[in-house]
Amino acid sequence: MNTIAVIMILIGLLFFTGGAVGIIRMPDFYSRLHPAGKLDTMGLLMSMLGLAVYALGDMTLGEALTSLKIILIVVFVFITSPTATHAIVDAGVRAGLEPWTQDRH
Amino acid sequence: MDLFFLGSAIFLTLLMLLPLYRAIVGPTVLDRLIGVNAIGSKTTALLIFIGVLYHRVDMFVDISLAYAMLNFIAVLAASRYFQKRKGLYDEIEHRGS
Amino acid sequence: MEKETRATVGSRVITFLIMFAIWLLLSGRFDAFHLVLGAVSCALVAAFSADLLLPSPDLPRMPGVWWRFIKYIPWLLYQVLVANIHVMYLVFHPRMMELIDPQIMEFDSRLKSDMARVTLANSITLTPGTITIYISLYGHITFHVIDIESGKTLPWIMEARIGEVFGE
Repeated sequence: MNTIAVIMILIGLLFFTGGAVGIIRMPDFYSRLHPAGKLDTMGLLMSMLGLAVYALGDMTLGEALTSLKIILIVVFVFITSPTATHAIVDAGVRAGLEPWTQDRH
Repeated sequence: MDLFFLGSAIFLTLLMLLPLYRAIVGPTVLDRLIGVNAIGSKTTALLIFIGVLYHRVDMFVDISLAYAMLNFIAVLAASRYFQKRKGLYDEIEHRGS
Repeated sequence: MEKETRATVGSRVITFLIMFAIWLLLSGRFDAFHLVLGAVSCALVAAFSADLLLPSPDLPRMPGVWWRFIKYIPWLLYQVLVANIHVMYLVFHPRMMELIDPQIMEFDSRLKSDMARVTLANSITLTPGTITIYISLYGHITFHVIDIESGKTLPWIMEARIGEVFGE
């Protein structure tokens, strides 16, 4: 059980790293949202599932409830994260920011 | 096992420096907002790590859930507030020229 | 008229059950005091605002939609994982600036109900590489893609799957 948890947490941390590096490297605001909103959500999913497996421990009622609560956080984040991303994009479009594009002539 | 969780928590904390750079430097207000949002979603995971380290996951899980909700509402409110601000354009032109 | 009231009662009961399950999960205590307190507050909320969660006219065909929606989630998660790996490859690539090609694309969706459109928009946003910018009243979707490959096929497949889920 612990091995599965460790592997999933490591994958989650890898996704988190991708998200953080992407926020730094991307050229403009719209493309920065791609790593920021999504890679972070995926990293959260992976590391939270790993922690839920670890928190399950020896399967008593209290530990199972804690695990379920961690899963509930993941479900909540999966519903709200697209909404938050969409709110930021909408603000950018309404303020009239131009998206960065590749110069192909 | 505790050592692994401690290492992961420290790594996650160091990782927050990158979005923090974006939140401080970022050319527009919305870039800063992206940085803050990324820090918030990392904190949600970090709180559970801290809970495992202190052997009180049952307590920290509630704090983490509340933090996820607060993060979501903060981003929604801030983006609604900034969408009609004129300053977005000015800031870009100052940097660009 | 008769049928409408019965549907409302049904939606209230379902709302109450969902809320009570979440109460049990969040409180984690099973003594009489906490159970009664939870039942009373869930009943109050269900009595006042059942129509927000489950609009009554849709109720008869909801079980089928939910079942198909549950079957849709693993497919969505798989697509999200694949797209995540693609975006992560882009992020860590040394010559990233030449590989990415951000564009704004648009297409007309044939989905009619609000719920189906919200699901489609959230699914497109959840998949890395594509972000929904706007959905008009007539189902015209504008979205931002990070490179052409991410946005070429996936939204169309997704639309077909979601149309299947909501029976449109």
